[in-house]
Formats: sequence, C-alpha cells, structure tokens
Amino acid sequence: MTSTALRSRAWKLLEMVTTPLLPSDYLDLVSPLRAGADLRGRIEAVHPETGDAATIVIRPGRGWRGHTAGQYVRIGVDVDGVRLWRAYSLTSPTDRQDGRVTITVKAIPDGKVSNHLVRRAKPGTLIQLDQPTGDFVLPEAKPAKVLYLTAGSGITPVMGMLRDTEFDDVVMVHCAPQPHDVIFRDELHDLVADKKLRLTEVHTDTDGMLDIARLDELVPDWAERETWACGPAGLLDAAEEHWSQHGVHERLHTERFRPSIVVTGDGGEVTFSATGKSVDADGATPLLDVGEEAGVLMPSGCRMGICFGCVTPLKAGAVRDLRTGEITEAEPGVLIQTCVSAAAGPCDIER
Amino acid sequence: MTAIDPTAHLTAQQIEELGRELDAIRDEVIADRGEKDAAYIRKVISAQRKLELVSRGVLLFSIFPPAWLLGTAGLSVAKIMDNMEIGHNILHGQWDWMRDPKIHSTTWEWDHVSPSEQWKHSHNELHHTYTNVIGKDNDLGYGIMRVDEDQKWHPFHLGQPLWNFLNACFFEYGIAAYDLELGKNLHKRRRKNPEFRARAKAVGRKIRKQVLKDYVIHPLLSGPSFLPTLAATFTANLVRNVWTHSVIMCGHFPEGVQVFERRSIKGETRGQWYLRQMMGSANISGSKAMHFMTGNLSHQIEHHLFPDLPSNRYAEVAVKVRALFEKYELEYVTGPLPKQVFSAWHKVFRLSLPNKKPEVETPDREQELVAA
Repeated sequence: MTSTALRSRAWKLLEMVTTPLLPSDYLDLVSPLRAGADLRGRIEAVHPETGDAATIVIRPGRGWRGHTAGQYVRIGVDVDGVRLWRAYSLTSPTDRQDGRVTITVKAIPDGKVSNHLVRRAKPGTLIQLDQPTGDFVLPEAKPAKVLYLTAGSGITPVMGMLRDTEFDDVVMVHCAPQPHDVIFRDELHDLVADKKLRLTEVHTDTDGMLDIARLDELVPDWAERETWACGPAGLLDAAEEHWSQHGVHERLHTERFRPSIVVTGDGGEVTFSATGKSVDADGATPLLDVGEEAGVLMPSGCRMGICFGCVTPLKAGAVRDLRTGEITEAEPGVLIQTCVSAAAGPCDIER
Repeated sequence: MTAIDPTAHLTAQQIEELGRELDAIRDEVIADRGEKDAAYIRKVISAQRKLELVSRGVLLFSIFPPAWLLGTAGLSVAKIMDNMEIGHNILHGQWDWMRDPKIHSTTWEWDHVSPSEQWKHSHNELHHTYTNVIGKDNDLGYGIMRVDEDQKWHPFHLGQPLWNFLNACFFEYGIAAYDLELGKNLHKRRRKNPEFRARAKAVGRKIRKQVLKDYVIHPLLSGPSFLPTLAATFTANLVRNVWTHSVIMCGHFPEGVQVFERRSIKGETRGQWYLRQMMGSANISGSKAMHFMTGNLSHQIEHHLFPDLPSNRYAEVAVKVRALFEKYELEYVTGPLPKQVFSAWHKVFRLSLPNKKPEVETPDREQELVAA
C-alpha cells in the first residue's frame, strides 16, 4: 500500500473518531495556520501610513502559495462579529524573508472593513485568506521603459511591483489630494533620491483632477512606455480612451478595485440565475413569492422568517429585510432568507 | 382550549400593540448584536470541543473507576453542550448573521442520530410555526402521548408513562423517528416513497456513524478499558437523553400551558402569533449554569417569541418579556426544574386516563380524521 493510501485510510479512521465533526475542527483549535487547514492568516502588526491608511502585516498559513507583484488577495475579517470579505492589493515584495505579506488599506468613508483594519485591527487576530490572484502583474520579459499611473489607494498594487522588481527607467505619476495623503511618500522619495524612480505627484486639492492630456507634458514619452494604471474609474476610463486614441492600448494595463457598484433602491429586476429567469419585483414582495410566481423552485419553510428553511445565496445586488429595513449586499457566502427579504434594487438569487 | 381563555380580556387592538412591543424588543437586540456575541458562541464551541477531547482521553483509562467517573461526567456535559446551547441554537439560524460558514445553520451537524437537515424541518418549521396547535404541531406528545384534555383518549394512552420513560432514555432515537414521521410512513404504500426512503437512509447513515464512534471505535481505542468505555459512552448518551428530554418536556407540557385548535390560527396576525407563543410555552427558573446547560431553553417563552435571536441574549430579553406579561395580565408559566418536570410528568400520568368530560368532536377535527 502506498503511503498516500495509508494516510487516507488513517484519516478515514480519524474521521470516524470525531464524527460528526472533522479532525480539522479539533486541529483548528491548536493550529489554525497549519498545512492542510483552510487558508487563514494572523495579523502580526498594523503600521500607520497616513492619517487614513495603514499597512497590515500578515503571517499567512502554511497553505499560502505565494503571490506575483501586483496581485491582490481576498481576506475575510470579522467586523462586529460579522465576517466580511474584501480584496486588497499585496504591497510586500514576493521574496520577503520572514514569509510575511502585507496589504495596505485606506479607510474609505463608511467602509466597514477598511475602517476596521486601519483603526481597530489588533495584532494576533486571525483572518480568512484566499490565494492571491489577479492579472495586473509585470511581464516576464522586462520592458525598457515603465510608467505607473496611480491615484489614491491605487498606488498599492504598484507599490508591490516597485518593491519587487527594479527597472532601468521608471516614471510614476501619482494623484492624491494633498502631500500628506500620499501613501508610501517617504519610501517613494527615497527611491527618487536613489535615482531608481522619477516621480510626479499631482495634488488634486490644489492642482485639480489630473487631465489625461497633461501626460504629454508630464511624461512626454508616455506612449512608448509599458503602463500600469490603477485608481478611480474616472481616471482609468480616461486613460483607456487616451491610449486607444493613440493606438497604443496594448501598452496599458489597468486594475479596477470596484468593478460593480451596488445600486440600492426600492424593488428592481430579480434574476434567478440558475433557472435563467428574471422578473421585475417591487420593494414589498418577499423574494420567495417573487420566485414562486415566476415558476422557480424555491426552498421554503415557515414563510415568516423563523425557520431558515428558505435561505438562498445572494449572488449580486442588494435586498432589504422586510422586518427591519436592513440592507444586505451580495458578497461571497451571503445567504438571505427569501421569505422576509425584498429586492432593494436589481439582484441575483442563486436559484 | 381550556374552559376559560386566559387571553379573553385582551382586545384585538391590544394584541397588535403587544406584537409591536415584542418586535421592538427584537429590533433592539438585533441592532446591538455584535462582536461580544460572536466571541461567546466561539468560546462555547471551543470549550465543548476541549471538554469532549479531554473526557474521551480520560476514558481511555476508564478501567480505573475514578477515570470512568470523571470521563463519563465530562462526556455527558460535552454531549449536552453540543446538543443544547450549540447544536439546537445554531440550527435555528441564531448565529447565521456571523456569516461564518463553519457556524451556520446550513452546515452544522450535531452529535445526535437525527441528521440536522431533517430536524430543522420538523422542529424549526413545523413545531415553531404551529406551536401547540393540535393536529399541526406533533411536538405535542410526539404523536405517542396525550398531553391535553381535548386530545382523544385511546386505550394505548394507558401506557404513556412507560412510553414517556422509554422516550426519555432513548430520546435521540425518538427524535430521529419523529423527524422521519416513522409512524405515518410505515404504512405499506408510504414506505416505498422515494423521498421517505432517502431520508430513512440518511438517518441510517447517521446512526451507523454515531454508534460506530461511541460503541466500537472509542472502546476499541481504550484497549483493556473496552468494556468500561463502552459503558461510559452509553451512560453519557443516557444522561444527555434524559436531561434534554426533561428540559424539553418543561417547555410546553407543564400545567398552565395552553394548546390551540386548528381553526384558531386561520388568518392569525403577527400579534396573535406572538400571543400563542407566549401562552404555549413555559420557562425553567434557575442559575446561570442551569440556563447554560439547558441551552437557554429554560427561556423557552423568549425562545419561542424570537427563535432566531442568539441564545445568550434570552436572559436579558426575559426581563422585558416578563414585564409585558404583567402589563397585559397574562400568566408567565415558570418554576424550578424539579417542579416543572414533576408538573409535566403529572400531566402525562393524569392524561393516560380518559377525561371525565366526554369530548366533543369539532367539524374541523372530523375533517382531519377523514383526511388522515
């Protein structure tokens, strides 16, 4: 018998010992970061960067496969007892000796997770991790000239690249409201002093928003440069149009943090993606009724919100709890009680 | 359905006002629910796992009587924690708001022979929606006992003190059979129903796993302590069964608890639903430890009003609920465990005999009999 087969036999036996739990439920108590566990990380330090941004140092579990500069990671953080998932760019170089990784988070107004991480996260806290992902990365063949075009927290994936790979000719144009809002400002200026980077800071409070046409003046050879751009949708839209107009769109790589904005309202189009049906619903009819009327096979129970027999994944959009008025937005793993939830804008129910 | 309706003094308007006041209590807890509550359930789960692990470890040496006693006591408590404060409450969706897939009503499985999925249907859906409605809520006597004067007497009921005793000892199997609606489904035609067969198979699988673990694997691991460990796990299961049965019996059976006719819930408003839960449930008074060991089902009234609120909040909710009972001049049935257990058993004995007053069949009940 091979050792793998032996191991799997032993594991089966162990499962019999722990049923209905799994051996991992017990191992998690003592070693949550071990190999073979669900991927988690432990926050080891929180370093403030600016008034509203901080770098979180994370020791990932043994299952972490490592990242490529520019990639992001989804993390699940418990905020007020509720697990919320968000994606953040990795800002640490890929060859960090101690095996830690960092993300740098800017607190956005009303942002539950970002404010929690920047202001309240404590070293020692366990968080959930996904493997790093994203194709906003550097090519294997080094380009001769590079331009990084960033704004606000859009600098984070680019910082991961800057720290990871040196190029002969790198220009960065970064926009932030004021000098003290520039995340990593000291480190950027050190790179400039070492002649490893040419940097143009655009301070939008005084200079106004960056007009993409100004690039000709800021970086005259922009069209020859392999460009990585990350920032608000307005900037990226303008950049994509600009690069296309000049016929060099293949040199532009962009990363959008929030591709979809959830529209909340009163009622909306409900899509039952598994069945391929969509119907218009008002803001007062339970989604269970909406689905059943549309001929979708909906799980149901008490129909009054107490038995949890109707919970269904919310894949996109937002719903309103008819009892409390509370809005729930779609996130991976979010289940809603369809009998007491109504559409709060367009939404997608996995049925 | 007693001769005097204890809610007769309330106007329809008052009942709706009562409903609004209860909704407000619920909203308050939901708005305040957070990190502390999450930390509570995580702590309880972790403590339960450690206790079970240590107890099973001690039982490896159960050939020594002190180890047997300690291990058996620990395992009994661990099993009670698993079923009551953890399993029952998670399966109610009380912790779903945390969005932790490992502590969620859709994924949780408990140390019990009834699979979570089946129990959720019969308990959350049928029992909690139709609490104490004769003919709709089979928890009323679990279909083997007569617990209200208005239920029809049958000579079979003469034996119900014995049925109740046996049910207490093997409660988890009773519940599994009940979730399967075994009595109804053993009829020749229904036995072949594929849906029933699938569910029966799931129960069989669960029983096999549980029995294998408790009565084969762990005793075998104990080597020379095989027999003492076997006896220990049997005892722990027995203790857990008798304890949960007692607690659960106290929830709806003691004297003073009302049952309802099928007709009475037609077109029931939210206020009326709340009122039925209030009149159909009974509490157990006692210490914090007592509430914990009952999985806070000692706050059965509060649990029935708000089955999805985290159990650790029932104690504070109870103060406000009790004030409402007083305001609306309703009887809040509660008492210490021995008193409530005695009261429930007394009823079981009393109703094993026919009533003095002959029962009048209501047209509704007749229809039911025809349908059945």
